[in-house]
Amino acid sequence: MIPLSYYLVLSAVLFACGVTGFLIKRNIITIFMSIELMLNGVNLSFVAFASFWHSLNGQVFVFFVMVVAAAEAAVGLAIIIAVFRTRETLNPDRVNLLKL
Amino acid sequence: MLHLVLFIIFGAICVAGAINLLAQKHPINSALSLVVVMGALAGVYLLLGAEFLAAIQVIVYAGAIMVLFVFVIMLLGAGEEEHTRGSKIALLFGIPGMLLLSVFTTWIALKSTPSAESVGIGSLPGTAQGIGRLLFGNFLLPFEITSVLILIAIMGAVVLARRES
Amino acid sequence: MPTGELTTTTFLIASIIKIAVFLGALLTIVAYTVLLERKVVGRIQNRWGPSRVGPFGLLQPLADGLKFIFKEDLTPPYVHKFLYILAPMLTLTTALISVSLIPIGGWITIHGVHTPLQITDTNISLLIILGVTSIGVYGIALAGWSSNSKYSMMGALRASSQMVSYEVALGLSLVGVLILTGSFSLHDIVQHQQGWFWNWNIIKGGQFVAFFIYLMAAFAETNRIPFDLPEAESELVAGYHTEYSSMKFAMFFMAEYANMVTVACLASILFLGGYSGPLFGPDWLRGLLPVAYFMARIFVFLFLYIWVRGTLPRFRYDQLMAFSWKFLLPLSLANIVITGLIVALKAQYS
Repeated sequence: MIPLSYYLVLSAVLFACGVTGFLIKRNIITIFMSIELMLNGVNLSFVAFASFWHSLNGQVFVFFVMVVAAAEAAVGLAIIIAVFRTRETLNPDRVNLLKL
Repeated sequence: MLHLVLFIIFGAICVAGAINLLAQKHPINSALSLVVVMGALAGVYLLLGAEFLAAIQVIVYAGAIMVLFVFVIMLLGAGEEEHTRGSKIALLFGIPGMLLLSVFTTWIALKSTPSAESVGIGSLPGTAQGIGRLLFGNFLLPFEITSVLILIAIMGAVVLARRES
Repeated sequence: MPTGELTTTTFLIASIIKIAVFLGALLTIVAYTVLLERKVVGRIQNRWGPSRVGPFGLLQPLADGLKFIFKEDLTPPYVHKFLYILAPMLTLTTALISVSLIPIGGWITIHGVHTPLQITDTNISLLIILGVTSIGVYGIALAGWSSNSKYSMMGALRASSQMVSYEVALGLSLVGVLILTGSFSLHDIVQHQQGWFWNWNIIKGGQFVAFFIYLMAAFAETNRIPFDLPEAESELVAGYHTEYSSMKFAMFFMAEYANMVTVACLASILFLGGYSGPLFGPDWLRGLLPVAYFMARIFVFLFLYIWVRGTLPRFRYDQLMAFSWKFLLPLSLANIVITGLIVALKAQYS
């Protein structure tokens, strides 16, 4: 039996790491991975509260978040490949001209 | 007691993986740290009794989405990242800012939920039958819409990544 | 399911013994499957297989093991060291984990301890096995990438995309069995098929299409002919394990055969009734007969694998991908729809 707040603190730490990665990283794939880390932190909150309030709705919502994250990862990585083909770089700071 | 020990083990692996993701320069190392984070999160879900979700987390997140990331990193031959002027400013302001934000969020979370309330090991068994009943009962409409969403994502990914010929 | 009076220490000791026995048996089966393959493929090609070491070549695995141990373990200088060493370990670990969930027999009683012939059983055993298979893709992808060589990279990309594509068909083909049984637990799935052989899922459950899809997908998952382009010797030097030698190569090798054994076990549990069969005789015989029946089924599957290897040519890469996405996937979805429809109609009208 451990307090619910332990799970919430872990979730907040993961989310904060995700936001930090999103801000400081200069490789578009790593930025995308930080977004996935944020989503995972939020999933943990959902599952913790589902367990706390004895309702399976939280877990079903996590299921939907995973599905949406999968779809988003597929399309996002396709966009990254398309951008890489034209700009030859994965650094978002270098993709700063509308026309090459 | 065992619950606390297991939670600390899995939680420490999660946080170590998350910090390693930020610290590594090569994206493949970051991707592998994220896989470790997801595996440890599956362990935490098992502690909370969400067994079906833990299995789905390993199969979908760690076993499919992250494989996609590793593929793209291998295909594009991504190298170590370079530091531009903007990134140094972001490092200078971003990390203290995020620490502040996380402390603030933790404080709010601890204040508003009655932190004395505890959650037992596996207190809500999230069996496949239970989740299935909800998915095909109350949540049928979102379920069908997400399946259409996946179809759109597949078509979008195929169109976007196609070589102009 | 009876629980028996197991104290913690008895449970721990029983588990440790079971783990040792299962692992030992698995590694021995893997070693002798290599020998079986070489002999059967040799006979298909009208020659003896290995026949010098020991009677009928039966000590050949021992000689192979000694060779692997004494060979020089060379690490090329330009590889990514950590991932290079991690990849074969990851592949072998995921290949060996699945055996912990396989039931090879019913419940037995030794010295008053009543225990199942299975290391553990959970509510989600089948999902765990699928998850472990998904993680196994990393071993191959990282092996190819860390070797820093174009043959390895091409082989790894092809192998991992092949494995990921066929995982979809593999998972979907199992859903028909799950609809019939209503549980992910492998023990429950075998219990559902008790009785004579017409109770098997492939006959009474009507899952013959799913069995065919599962077999195809499993051949592709384990990178065996006709789906072994990623490691085809004549096309890609040796694919993703080009730069590996000695013990690390032996780990890849063992992992491939351990995956074959796992697939054989799963196919027999899900579709062919697991360890069920006629029981007779005294108590100790009743405990051992299910194990014998299970081993017989595994032998049939391994022989089928080897037979196909000696007979068929390999798919080209685009044919392979088209086969998965354009044929197996729609077929498995149709199987799910039809099975669900039949089960629902039966429940409605009875």
